[in-house]
Amino acid sequence: MKRQFEALIWVALLLAAVVASFSWLKLDFVALFAGDGLQQMHSYAASFFPPDTSTNWLRQIFHGSLETLAISAIGTLLAALAGAALSLLAAGRLGTVAKLLARLLLNALRSIPELVWAALMVLAAGLGPFAGTLALALHTAGVLGRLFAEALENAPPGPTRALREAGAGPVAAFCYGTLPGVLAQWLSYTLYRWENNIRMAAVLGFVGAGGLGQMLYVTLSLFQQPRAASVILAMLVMVLLVDALSAWLRRRWG
Amino acid sequence: MYLSGTDVGVHGRPRDPAALPRLLLTILALLVLWPGLVLTEFNLATLVDPRNLDIFARFLAGFWPPELSSGFLTLLGKATLETLAMATAGLVLALLLAVPLSLISSHALSVSALARGQPSPVGRMLRYPARLLLIILRSIPEIVWALLFVRAVGLGPTAGVLAIAITYSGMLGKVYAEIYESVDRRPAQALLQAGSSRLAAFCYGILPAAAQELTSYTLYRWECAIRASVIMGFVGAGGLGQMIDLSIRMFAGGEVVTILLTFLVLVLAADQLSNLLRRRLA
Repeated sequence: MKRQFEALIWVALLLAAVVASFSWLKLDFVALFAGDGLQQMHSYAASFFPPDTSTNWLRQIFHGSLETLAISAIGTLLAALAGAALSLLAAGRLGTVAKLLARLLLNALRSIPELVWAALMVLAAGLGPFAGTLALALHTAGVLGRLFAEALENAPPGPTRALREAGAGPVAAFCYGTLPGVLAQWLSYTLYRWENNIRMAAVLGFVGAGGLGQMLYVTLSLFQQPRAASVILAMLVMVLLVDALSAWLRRRWG
Repeated sequence: MYLSGTDVGVHGRPRDPAALPRLLLTILALLVLWPGLVLTEFNLATLVDPRNLDIFARFLAGFWPPELSSGFLTLLGKATLETLAMATAGLVLALLLAVPLSLISSHALSVSALARGQPSPVGRMLRYPARLLLIILRSIPEIVWALLFVRAVGLGPTAGVLAIAITYSGMLGKVYAEIYESVDRRPAQALLQAGSSRLAAFCYGILPAAAQELTSYTLYRWECAIRASVIMGFVGAGGLGQMIDLSIRMFAGGEVVTILLTFLVLVLAADQLSNLLRRRLA
């Protein structure tokens, strides 16, 4: 009874939050769809069709897609390296002070969204895909570092201790005692984040960090809707391909 | 360890028997990654290029002290509330679309499956469009929708709410349908066989078993929606993103630092709150 009452209170609070959200935003959907609002939206949507499929533009889109893939791959790789280094500290392998500092750093890295990192990195490294790569690497390092550290903490200490007692150095004991146990998990976390990052890399260009996003942003700003439509289609295809590929990989090896 | 004679190096120290394959794998990986490094214009030197360094150093120097004037904090508070409201409203609208679509696309309530064990081809054909719609809805990132909506309905949080509603309805609908299919189907099948309507069979046969997982997934998505609405402002859809975009453009380092700290608090608080709600409700 008490538990039900408690759940009721939480549900009431949630409902209040929902009502408050709608009234705070003053969403006016009626004005949106009444009068010529719908007409305008329709003509705007219609201006995207047919998508631009000229060979020249398709070639540029292909290059943009490759750039997006490269940004995500290099960004994730850098993040995995940095995350692995930070996770050693965050799992408390090198003292409590280092542990606390590393956790703080990881939280800071991961709580700043990729797009914000990208806007900052554009200042530090100039416009272009390099800024996007760094932005992905920084945010993902925070995410992966935390996951890697959790894996390290859950790893059985037996093999490492055995190696240490047999006279192995701390580095060798880690490499042959702990790493083989966590490597598979680290790899699957990294692949999972890579999948996410491909999606993210496609939109980082909105702040000038290269890839398909930059093409979409520029074409929309120039009111070239048919060209924008083909970029959106390219994003859609890329996301669907990545989804299908990762589902297949998971079935095969998951 | 099985150390044979060949595994002992010149200095008599044991050598890693897998060293050669590992070295080859590393070289192969580097060769594959090389085009990637070229495509991303990877060049650490640009980071220490005096011009970039100068710009960034001036920007960083502005980071201290953080901007804490009451006028700015009021603005920040409003933008934070707007961000939270955007996520919540977007998710509620997404639910309005996701629940019907998940019911249509899930074959947990299939009547034809009762007799044959599998849904009939007609049923599958009818469910297919709903599945396709869900796939398309979720496959275009929310910020792309926001970018499009900003041009269609004007600057402001409305575009962000619509964008979240569209993408998240696709995500929620798909996972809801999977959850319905993963619970024990016998209660729902018994109800259907006894002649109850599909909706009743869903409410009394599936919902009680699936409620916990549904709640927990919805809360997780709410957390994601908060993260997403934080960045919506970069394309002009209101909230904290718009503030930080402006502050970065104006090189107002103190403001940027305050907003970044707000992100940190917001993300950590959303983590905690959804954990708490999950324990209370689920």
